Amino acid sequence: MRPAKILLRLMLRSATVRRGRAVITLIAVAVAAAVTTAMLNLYVDMQAKLHHEFRSYGPNVVLTAKDGSSLPADVLARVDRELADRGTAVPVTYAAARTPQGEPVVAVGIDMERARKLNSWWSVTAWPSVPNSALIGSRAQAALSLDGQPLDLIFDGRLLHASIAGTLRTGGPEDNRVYLSQPDFSAWTRLQPSVIEIAVAGGPREIQEFIGKLAAQFPAAEVQPVRQIVEAEARVFDKTRSALLASVALIIATSFLCVLATLTSSVLDRRKDFAVMKALGATQVMASLLFAGESATLGAAGALLGYMTGIGVAALIGRINFHAGVEPRWAVFPAIFAGSVALTLVTAIVPITMLNRIQPAVILKGE
Amino acid sequence: MFFRLIYQSFYRQRRNKLLAGIAIVFGVAVATAMIAVATDIGDKMNRELRAYGPNIVVYPQEETLGVEIGGVNLKPITSGAFLKESDLPKLKGIFWGHSITGFAPFLPVNVNAAIDNGGAEAGPVTVPVELIGTYFSKTMRFGKDDFVTGVRNVYPWWSVQGAWPQDDRPAKNQVEVLAGVQFANEHHLNVGDTLRVGERELGREFELKISGVLNSGGPQDRALVGPLALAQEIAGQPDAVREVYVSALTKPEDALARRNPSTMSPAMHDRWYCSPYANSIAFQINEALPYAHAEQIRQVAQNEGSVLARINGLMWLVTLAALLAAVLAVSAAMMNTLMARRREIGLMKALGATRTSVAALFLAEGAILAVVGGGAGFALGIFLAQRISLSIFGSAIHVEAALFPVVLLVSFLILLLGSAFALQRAARLDPTIVLRGDA
Repeated sequence: MRPAKILLRLMLRSATVRRGRAVITLIAVAVAAAVTTAMLNLYVDMQAKLHHEFRSYGPNVVLTAKDGSSLPADVLARVDRELADRGTAVPVTYAAARTPQGEPVVAVGIDMERARKLNSWWSVTAWPSVPNSALIGSRAQAALSLDGQPLDLIFDGRLLHASIAGTLRTGGPEDNRVYLSQPDFSAWTRLQPSVIEIAVAGGPREIQEFIGKLAAQFPAAEVQPVRQIVEAEARVFDKTRSALLASVALIIATSFLCVLATLTSSVLDRRKDFAVMKALGATQVMASLLFAGESATLGAAGALLGYMTGIGVAALIGRINFHAGVEPRWAVFPAIFAGSVALTLVTAIVPITMLNRIQPAVILKGE
Repeated sequence: MFFRLIYQSFYRQRRNKLLAGIAIVFGVAVATAMIAVATDIGDKMNRELRAYGPNIVVYPQEETLGVEIGGVNLKPITSGAFLKESDLPKLKGIFWGHSITGFAPFLPVNVNAAIDNGGAEAGPVTVPVELIGTYFSKTMRFGKDDFVTGVRNVYPWWSVQGAWPQDDRPAKNQVEVLAGVQFANEHHLNVGDTLRVGERELGREFELKISGVLNSGGPQDRALVGPLALAQEIAGQPDAVREVYVSALTKPEDALARRNPSTMSPAMHDRWYCSPYANSIAFQINEALPYAHAEQIRQVAQNEGSVLARINGLMWLVTLAALLAAVLAVSAAMMNTLMARRREIGLMKALGATRTSVAALFLAEGAILAVVGGGAGFALGIFLAQRISLSIFGSAIHVEAALFPVVLLVSFLILLLGSAFALQRAARLDPTIVLRGDA
């Protein structure tokens, strides 16, 4: 028989005859690979998930027309194109209107659908659904003392007569205002949007890049980050990521140790086989090759098995915590695979080289 | 005999036992560290989330409508009701007073500022600007405790180029203020410049020295920000405050928090009152200041809860993964000690040892490893948790005393679960097969 064939047969027999050992090693490698895969997957995906979660804080970039100029008509479409699914943009128009009694009140024209998506914390009793109905801030409602009466507002000599659809409560300046849908508002005031509130997902660098792009596109506008949101997010995000990274490192180290212990002792356990092979005339290279081949095969199989399990675990965690699946990262696989094989190889080769120093006769005699 | 077996097992197999011991130490350490970090991270993150700014606003009950667009206040301040500055320390006296990390009162007044434009012939330019009076970092006293509060801890993202002004103004009529960055740029003001506000005829003229330029990213960028006392004097309203912004550590909203407190049963109301929800803290502020209205700022308070819940959930799931890894590490180590000693067990059984005595031997050995390794692992775990907390949050971890038994129990369970499989295998080994060398 050719050496290669013998090698293959030896490996096959070793795997089938000493099933207990092989299974334990396989499980150890697979578990380590699974845990590592799950953690790395989670770690990579978590950043996007957390950024998404932070977007519930509302706009983090504001585009404002500079004093005395107005935004181009296609501004919203262009901002949307720049955003490309990474967030939401809401055009907003402000006007200082008056009630017939002369009480000043801020009226706001807004795209209701988009505002609802962007400002998830708004507590609204009912969103306006028919034309000429308004959303009124809770403080404005109390101050104007409307008991379900329709609202009259005057701007620039033009009267608006609108029904009240619902009350808005935020605890912020929104409570002082009256919100109208964009078409109703521009028909009444003839004003075009002067502000675009944008929520864009991403880290500080991505947001800065986005601001740079918008500023270049709209020289007549000021594009500013909302520092309260951007900076707090960066801070909380960094801490979370570091905490997660520390945990992931600990877990990976634990599973690594688990594999190391199993493999080293499994190889040392077989010093007799090794001695017999050498006594029968196998060279050191040949014997090492056999052991390394066995270990690498186990490592590869364990990596494959572990990777599949790990993806599943990561998806499960994503579903439980974020109610969204975690996308499998195929890019992680080569690293996991190479890592597993390298780890098993190292843990096989080192004990073998150690054994090589000992005479086969000594081992066989059982000393 | 039993003890001798155990002694010999440890003595003769030092390498093997050491390996198993290391696995146990590490497994328990990781479990301890993760539990300690996960139980404390909610608290730590809650503090970090205060970076989003105040989550409760207090304003006078009597409704006055703010008319403000893009940070420009369109309505003069003279009208309307005020809060009393002298009542503010009461905020710290409410039931959840210690979870209030800070508050900042605000009193905006519209002034005409005279700017000396460096000897131009036209003389000083007068521009209308809003002056916001507040606390920067004021030491206050409630009961026996001193506390420091003001915009510097309520709005951590405010950045000042130059120096923060003093809260107490010196006796002479020169007061330090911050100039908002937009206002400063528009009128070419720099740190150290002065401007004058107020009416000379009424003897209420003040010289304002710009000690720093403020970048807040908000409406304050177009205004002057000065000590509260200055704004009160200009407005002629001593003790007056328009609004107070409160930053409090709160518990994420749950089903109880969303219920209407006025429809709760007394027992439930007590539970609601004694939970630090943003709403119950606002309720207690209302009790302390009956003429005021406190309300949660939903943008901050609501999202804080959801972000906190996500981070907490994530850490617990990762902790679960860590516990699993710990069980497996211990299990692998125990399995290895068993595998290495199959022959020995076979011999013991062939000589008449029962399953129970074999299991007892292994259990005793495991117990010794567990006590030594578990103890070392526990200490290492607490140390690891401290390192993690210090390097990430810059503050030591707070390990609850009640946590120790929990961690010990968990470590014990990990060891038990990890050894169970090996023990079972050891008890079931067939001596004939092992001794023949076929296994």
